[in-house]
Amino acid sequence: MSEVKKIATRESYGNALAELGAEYPELVVLDADLAAATKTGIFKKAFPDRHIDCGIAECNMMGIAAGLATTGKIPFASTFAMFAAGRAYEQVRNAIGYPHLNVKIGATHAGLSVGEDGASHQCNEDIALMRTIPGMVVMCPSDDVEAKACVRAAIEHDGPVYIRFGRLAVPVINDVPGYHFELGKGVTLRDGGDLTIVATGLMVDQSLQAADMLEAEGIHARVINIHTIKPLDEALIVKAAKETGKIVTVEEHSVIGGLGSAVCEALCKEYPAPVVRLGVQDTFGESGPAMQVLEKYGLDAKGIFRSIKEAL
Amino acid sequence: MMDNRQLQITANEVRKGIVSAVHSAKAGHPGGSLSAADIFTYLYFEEMRIDPKDPKKKDRDRFVLSKGHVAPGMYSVLAQRGYFPKEDLLTLRHLGSYLQGHPDMKHIPGVDMSSGSLGQGISAAVGMALGARLSGDSYRVYTMLGDGEIEEGQVWEAAMFAGHRKLDNLCVIVDNNGLQIDGAVDEVCSPYPIDKKFEAFNFHVISINAHDFDEIRSAFQEARAYKGKPTCIVAHSTKGKGVSFMENQCSWHGVAPNDEQYAVAMADLEKVGEALCQK
Repeated sequence: MSEVKKIATRESYGNALAELGAEYPELVVLDADLAAATKTGIFKKAFPDRHIDCGIAECNMMGIAAGLATTGKIPFASTFAMFAAGRAYEQVRNAIGYPHLNVKIGATHAGLSVGEDGASHQCNEDIALMRTIPGMVVMCPSDDVEAKACVRAAIEHDGPVYIRFGRLAVPVINDVPGYHFELGKGVTLRDGGDLTIVATGLMVDQSLQAADMLEAEGIHARVINIHTIKPLDEALIVKAAKETGKIVTVEEHSVIGGLGSAVCEALCKEYPAPVVRLGVQDTFGESGPAMQVLEKYGLDAKGIFRSIKEAL
Repeated sequence: MMDNRQLQITANEVRKGIVSAVHSAKAGHPGGSLSAADIFTYLYFEEMRIDPKDPKKKDRDRFVLSKGHVAPGMYSVLAQRGYFPKEDLLTLRHLGSYLQGHPDMKHIPGVDMSSGSLGQGISAAVGMALGARLSGDSYRVYTMLGDGEIEEGQVWEAAMFAGHRKLDNLCVIVDNNGLQIDGAVDEVCSPYPIDKKFEAFNFHVISINAHDFDEIRSAFQEARAYKGKPTCIVAHSTKGKGVSFMENQCSWHGVAPNDEQYAVAMADLEKVGEALCQK
């Protein structure tokens, strides 16, 4: 078996910004003293004058991004998800969301897979927080190809966008001929009639592996990749519920307010169906190597497989 | 150019608009609107390069009301300046009106930034000033903060950034009326010395009487000419200025006058207006 190429989506973010900088002269990138970690340093190398380090002051950074957007710039404000969605929530809500300004938030180091830094830095609440802001687009790419596509789609979309990137290197799964990305459209990666796994971010790859394990036991799982959590591809999810009956959501995020909640909200108004929400239960994470932490919280392929078997 | 008497007459009209709007809304913030009325008037009638017929003009000067709760003051001066009809002031805070309780850039002509959550407007103003710098544009950016508002930590994040970046196209005004909701600012959580604090954050600082148009004019001229640092104008003002029973009363921070009080307030302002016209 050939070696699977792995890359962290934060790296893809930095590369995408640098690649798109020439095409979009109004693109500017803000960071809060984390350019080496968020990978906006890659953009800084290419466009030093358009990279603004705001220092360790995320709330002010969001306000500056808002002000820049009013002057026609396309600012990407970058920091860890914990600080972008958590610390600066109210700034994002009031200074960016309320006036519907054209600010893009590139939030890296989201979820449990932050690993060693532990619970204080493992933001499992950002999707929930950002999704409640009217007009905010929320994306969570599953790999390098999709992460780059998300950045371009964010630029082409007029309005606020939150994109969630990971720290952990993840396999490239979307490097396929004819790859097409459309904001707000889910992608069926694998067909099956017994149940549907709806996953986002780095849980997509783990879910595909879990589907293989289910297949070995004669259970045919459909796998849907939801890269845009808001607006959600409700039609695709309702169709899957109608055709497969059972839905399992998988996210590296709290089961409260994230993808699982969004899927339940979509189903309850159109086609109520049983949903099992896999993710971080109502708890904080802890320190450890990323894959070990994910395993402990049941969010590796085996854990997902086990949970689905139990639920069935 | 307007002389001081014309500015005073205009500011008095702005004050009438504030009192009428807040009375009609039965809610709102008259105290800090009245303390800022003279500066609002100078900014919109003398200082800023703006065009009420083209509120989104690309090279206009920008204003961000960081102390967004004094929207009645800003709306009143915008109406006086011709951005929208003065009668609309009476719809302030009414359901369905575009004149929201706090500035709303999406619906109000002349509002460059939505604001209201304290400490945030200054960051947006800094972003605008940075935007001008990055694009090589020559417009200036003004933002007004309350003295209570500068208790918010974000103000100092923004000040540190603006000072560090030497954004001399930015002018911050602190309306120093000395009162916040819970009492005197130096009793609640003193922000003093305001001038020394901004100096320490690499601002050029000018202290003035906020109700003296000579001092206001000279401060804004000095700010415009000063290069290499952003300017902070510490404007010593009287909360409730112009309405006898509201002056220096922190109870008038966020309360509307009833019908009787409204009549007294308008009579106060009419008297000032008549005296100015006879000068």
